[in-house]
Amino acid sequence: MADETRSTLRQAGREAARIDDDDRLSLGDESPGGEVAHRAPGLREYLAPIETERQVTDWGRSERVEGFFDRTLVDFYYNLWFRCEVEGIEHVPSEGGALLVSNHAGALPPDAPMIAKAIKEEHPHPRPVHLTMEHFFKGYPGLSMLLPKIGGVPAHPANVHRLLYDEQQLVLVFPEGRKGSEKLYKERYRLRRFGRGGFVEAAMRAGAPIVPVAVVGAEEAMPIFAHVTALQKLTGLIYFPITPTFPQLGLLGALGFLPAKFKIRFLPPVPTHDLGEEAPWDDQALVQTIAHDIRASIQDELIDMVGKRRSVWFG
Amino acid sequence: MISKRILITGLSTYWGGRLAQALEQDPEIETIIGIDRTPPKLALDRTEFVQVSDAHSLIRRIVDAAEIDTIVDTRLVVDSIVTTRARAHENNVIGTMNVLAAAGALVGHGSPVRKLIFKSSARYYGAEQDDPAFFTEDMRRPHPPRTAIERDICEAEASVRDFRHKNPGTSVCVLRFANALGPDLRTSWQSYLGMHVVPAILGFDPRVQFIHEDDMANCLEHAVRYDLDGVFNCAADGVLALSEVVDLLGKTLAPVLPPWGTGLAAAALRRAGAAISDELLPQLRFGRALDNRRFKATGFRYQHTTRETVLRLREQQKLEPILRGAAGGSYRYESAVEEFLRFSPSVRHANLRPQLGPTNSAPGSRPVPGSRTAVAQTTGDGSEPVAAPTLPRRPAETAYGSLTAREILALLPSLGPADLQALRDHEALHGQQRTSVLRAIDRLLSGHETSAR
Repeated sequence: MADETRSTLRQAGREAARIDDDDRLSLGDESPGGEVAHRAPGLREYLAPIETERQVTDWGRSERVEGFFDRTLVDFYYNLWFRCEVEGIEHVPSEGGALLVSNHAGALPPDAPMIAKAIKEEHPHPRPVHLTMEHFFKGYPGLSMLLPKIGGVPAHPANVHRLLYDEQQLVLVFPEGRKGSEKLYKERYRLRRFGRGGFVEAAMRAGAPIVPVAVVGAEEAMPIFAHVTALQKLTGLIYFPITPTFPQLGLLGALGFLPAKFKIRFLPPVPTHDLGEEAPWDDQALVQTIAHDIRASIQDELIDMVGKRRSVWFG
Repeated sequence: MISKRILITGLSTYWGGRLAQALEQDPEIETIIGIDRTPPKLALDRTEFVQVSDAHSLIRRIVDAAEIDTIVDTRLVVDSIVTTRARAHENNVIGTMNVLAAAGALVGHGSPVRKLIFKSSARYYGAEQDDPAFFTEDMRRPHPPRTAIERDICEAEASVRDFRHKNPGTSVCVLRFANALGPDLRTSWQSYLGMHVVPAILGFDPRVQFIHEDDMANCLEHAVRYDLDGVFNCAADGVLALSEVVDLLGKTLAPVLPPWGTGLAAAALRRAGAAISDELLPQLRFGRALDNRRFKATGFRYQHTTRETVLRLREQQKLEPILRGAAGGSYRYESAVEEFLRFSPSVRHANLRPQLGPTNSAPGSRPVPGSRTAVAQTTGDGSEPVAAPTLPRRPAETAYGSLTAREILALLPSLGPADLQALRDHEALHGQQRTSVLRAIDRLLSGHETSAR
């Protein structure tokens, strides 16, 4: 029994993360149990009503914990440390589901909370953003407790569909997944493969627009110089990077971002509801084309932004 | 299809008994037969009880003899603390096989069964790292089962799927219930949350979802009354974090189980007396929630949300030290007495509680349909049937007045709160105003009130 339980975290968890994570995160893998149900549109009205005395939402999100982090750590990093500059916030719809797709960088990626904060700060109708995270985090002690409370949702196609379609929320995905955040400093601003285009499929099924997002600065905020495989195995983390502050400064070093200037640019939304056919998501060619277009537009935007940047630290 | 002749397996479970009680109220239903391996724990009026073995091997004969058209199979053991491993397996796998054999059409010998309702459990889905946040009915279990009970459930569901495939003429409804809580249940979650300090796994705060025991019985009744074909999740609205549940219960959460080697630590705690069963551990780590919308879309409304279910548990936990031994012991099934009350010609039905008399009948011969009072009168008088359902109830003085205080006191525990209130009013106004009777009714009524809150 003991072995069986231990394997929950060690083998099942790690092996699964190892084999599948990029595909899962890209929401493209039709993994067992992963199929999104073709549900009657009428089911939306049967969502549970909101109970006001609750501490957490049905997703495990806690207003109290999220608010605390938002007022302290995230606020500090957003306003003082990274001095975020936001463009094109009007491209984020004020209502209805929308899928935000962004590039991903930094050992402990600061881009996700910064994008969420940008919408909270700059948008005329601030809305909560659900950040998709790898299944790995659900199995890692501590993080599994904290991340759902501040808006993390496991990147499962069914979760994304429910959020986009049934609950009409904003969802942020990083199609590059782990391959984005673990890449070394020398590979900065070069987008990785966008999974298998699963994010496009998810948006199509929900009929939600895709908003591409380009983030500059995260690559320099926590550059990775190398990976230590032995320590990664020992700690059970997805990777064990060497950064300017980690592991020299211990766990606190994991938060030791360099004060790079952040620029977040939201690009015009790509609609997915008017693609005509009965089930456009079955057309793999179409899905791949759209995924490729979105990847290309983010890459172009990044090159443009980095090219115009005069200083890494002052923008 | 309207179910008229119903067989309930697992009659002695709380939900099985409650379902039988609810169906008894419906005069359209001719026959209710309940089977289980232990006698029922709730007072039943006209349900016939047949005791069977774990394997339910003779069920086909009962089904054929009574021309059963609907089987409600609530017998599945989904919790390891209920019975031993071997008995659970016998019941879950062999029992399911026999129930399905009884419901299935053999070559040249069709079964009368047209509808099968199968009670399953959300343990079917398991609880794993890469689970979706809300399981929908069409999701397969992504990983192989972990514990013996889960293996049984998956095997039983596989046989039901197979049955559906082979018997397209029979409507099959599978209900997957979330973990249930309630004063009349004995589940591993209930004993886990009953500890003064609730142990949890360090660094995990899983999402949990429950269903109240009464909603559970109502779900089953809903499935009997309406034609639901397919699989449905049954779980209360709302998903809580374990920390919030423990907070609502006013207890302390102790993250004493290490994230690695949890099984060993849990085994040690179990030896020390903590109630942590094996199938709880994956849920304590990863949690589980169900998408309950499909069943709600069939018109069902839950009476309790998950939060309310937990609050009810809190009340029950507070009352437990006070009521220990007092509540729940009011009914004990004694087959000789039940036989006598139901079938002896000497029983004057006027002495029974004012509800439906037994209308069980041989297949083919149907009783006169009518409202509840009309049937009661027919059987009560034993003479010419009084067809008019609008007639007022027979003057109670004659029957009631002849009862002694002791006889009334013996009857009281079997009455519901509404009946008790009516009886109290009657005793106070028209009866002999016996203080012993009035006081006994008051006591029972207050008991009902506390348990209802």
